Amino acid sequence: MEGAVRAQTADPGSPESNAAPAPARETHVFTAPEIMCGGCLKTIETALADTPGVDSARANLSARRVTVTFDPAVTSPELVVVAIKRAGFSAAPLIDGGDEIHAARVGELMPRVGVAGFAAANIMLLSVSVWSGHASDMDDSMKSLFHWISALIALPAIAYAAQPFFKSAYAALSARRLNMDVPISLGITLATAMSFVQTMRGTDHVYFDAAAMLVFFLLIGRLLDEQMRARTRSAAENLMSLKALTATVLDPDGAVRQIPSRNLIPGMTMIVAAGERIAADGVVQDGVSEIDESLISGETLPKPVSRGDRVHAGTLNTAAPLRVTTTATEDNTLLAELSRLMLAGEQTRGRYVRLADRAARLYAPAVHLLGLSTLIGWLVTGHGWEIALTNAIAVLIITCPCALALAVPAVQVAAISRLFGQGVLVKAADGLERLSEVDTIVFDKTGTLSMGEPTLALDQPIDADVLARAAGLAIVSRHPYAQALVRAARARGIPFESQLGVREFPGSGLAFDTPDGEERLGSALFTGAAVTDPRHLASLWYARPGRAPVGFRFEDRLRSDAPETIAALQAAGYRIEILSGDRADAVSDAAHALGVTAYQGGVRPEEKLNRLTALKSQGRTTLMVGDGLNDAPALAAGHASMSPSAAADISQNAADAVFQGEKLGAVLEALKVARRAHRMALENFGIAMLYNIAFVPMAVMGYVTPLLAAIAMSTSSILVTGNALRLRTMKLSLDRVTASRSKQS
Amino acid sequence: MTALAWLIPAALFLGLLGLAAFLWALKNGQYDDLEGAGWRALDDDPPGPQTKPKPTAK
Repeated sequence: MEGAVRAQTADPGSPESNAAPAPARETHVFTAPEIMCGGCLKTIETALADTPGVDSARANLSARRVTVTFDPAVTSPELVVVAIKRAGFSAAPLIDGGDEIHAARVGELMPRVGVAGFAAANIMLLSVSVWSGHASDMDDSMKSLFHWISALIALPAIAYAAQPFFKSAYAALSARRLNMDVPISLGITLATAMSFVQTMRGTDHVYFDAAAMLVFFLLIGRLLDEQMRARTRSAAENLMSLKALTATVLDPDGAVRQIPSRNLIPGMTMIVAAGERIAADGVVQDGVSEIDESLISGETLPKPVSRGDRVHAGTLNTAAPLRVTTTATEDNTLLAELSRLMLAGEQTRGRYVRLADRAARLYAPAVHLLGLSTLIGWLVTGHGWEIALTNAIAVLIITCPCALALAVPAVQVAAISRLFGQGVLVKAADGLERLSEVDTIVFDKTGTLSMGEPTLALDQPIDADVLARAAGLAIVSRHPYAQALVRAARARGIPFESQLGVREFPGSGLAFDTPDGEERLGSALFTGAAVTDPRHLASLWYARPGRAPVGFRFEDRLRSDAPETIAALQAAGYRIEILSGDRADAVSDAAHALGVTAYQGGVRPEEKLNRLTALKSQGRTTLMVGDGLNDAPALAAGHASMSPSAAADISQNAADAVFQGEKLGAVLEALKVARRAHRMALENFGIAMLYNIAFVPMAVMGYVTPLLAAIAMSTSSILVTGNALRLRTMKLSLDRVTASRSKQS
Repeated sequence: MTALAWLIPAALFLGLLGLAAFLWALKNGQYDDLEGAGWRALDDDPPGPQTKPKPTAK
């Protein structure tokens, strides 16, 4: 769909390239996740139409993207983003992550579905006439004519529409494997070929209708599966594009320009203003500031840096501008990250065998054996090759795995769109299946169970006047504590005035001259406070001339629904653990508040990874929920993983699903839907099994007519799809999970 | 029965017409944004040059 991310298109007015130098046009795709309504489309398109240099803009509500064609001589992708932002939407140029492969597959399948549907419907019309003709006055020549017309439609339609199955079966066979497409291809080919022979001989066993319908239903299943992959992939791309950072680069000649962080090369000098995220790893060249590394280490306390210190991509510069020389960027440019993690994802998929494929491994050989033994059985009992082959093909058609190929994708598409509506983006195609097998959940604390930003603790008496004066100083600073103080004053409705002439001392605090002397807001050392309570080390002090300094203590508040969510998960039998890189006392406070007994603080990334490996060796399947860079290895190692949408981009890349908003309940919801989807897939297998048990003996005995085959196949397909679609609206509850659940694969 | 001689070709022709229309719509990006298309129908303004659907270059 949005395949052409960076296609150069000629001016539509002059198709010939050798004509007069036509102004070049570029078409770029932008992601704008806040397109939620019909009005937004118009707002964005009108705003872009009024932007100089933009030729055309088309917003897409389903994909939450905008396609813009513009004159690169007049405007640039950055200016287009600014124009979209001015219209009130956040936007970013789309980073291409291989979406066009999936889009192309969907685009290739759609016309095949159309052709197969046309063929199936028309052949069915002719077949119904023939079947009813058996009971009335249709003579043999008319029947033969109808069969010939069916052949005329079926042969080209099947040759075209069934190609995806033939290709996949051929690939599997040349790798000496069996997959689901082998019996499908065999069934389709044999049924078509035999029907053609029977048509020439003028007999009754003509299966064109069944073959065409089989192709139609199976293609729909394939299309749903590809659409789900394309959709998960496109959700991942939108997220990553928005997370992409831009860097302000200082050229050697003194010019300053903005470039995307993926275009940074080592040795460039970046200017990082206070409040900006650092776009790439580097060494501080100039400036003194404090860096908020909570996304990397889970530590909420900012770290002071000065000339010569290393800083990491994605961390937040809180206090003062820095000049940073970039070092190795190739490892943390987004594209490199993307391809590396995609690769890791593919490897994980190689390790995890999806439910449908697991079933296919058992099913495909069984189908082949059944067909073969039917053929041999009829030959041995002295019937002609024709009857034997007819019955063998009837067996292949009846057993064709519509439930596997259609029902499981339908369940997954229904589950993913349900979760999408609740703000959970499932990024991995097999993520839902893995989520359904989880029995242990490991949470990170900072940013996952908690909000990830300091909040003024409520257990301390604070004078409103002191808070107002302190907030008046704090408002000039971007330090997380200062901002928390301002938020607290606003939340309590305390009016305060911003003071002019506040000086900021990075790593220490703020100072302001009053007629009485200097007011200070900052660390204990800076304000001269005597610290007795060790917890007060991590806090802010406010000192006025002639009075004792007043301390403000901060805490990282838990998400509002964290206690209920954890309680519900524990009640459902999940084992909960907390692993955090934060200080041990902060972690134990949070664990006690949530009623979690297994917790550990001060954990390094590799220790998290080790813990997950240990859990795995105890036979547990673990869901890792985390947001920081320090969680990324654990997220990749967990059987399944989830991240909040405020997480570091590497963590979001590693996670199977990303949840938006403040509520932790999204984790609960995702587990409910995943478990239910798993059960529905099994139900569908059950339906398919019942139907096979009923019809296969008849097929083996030779009682299945083309009419029966057609009816049986379409009813089972419609039944399993209908069952899958119930998931969209069903009310769900979380069933108890038992630790002794059997592990497949 | 002779009616069938032209009824069947006519039925097939109409079916093919439908198939061709579907393939044409697919190629022209009519299914690219199903949610958005529903909203655009409610838009009173005449479609300007900026909202003209463009087949994306593949």
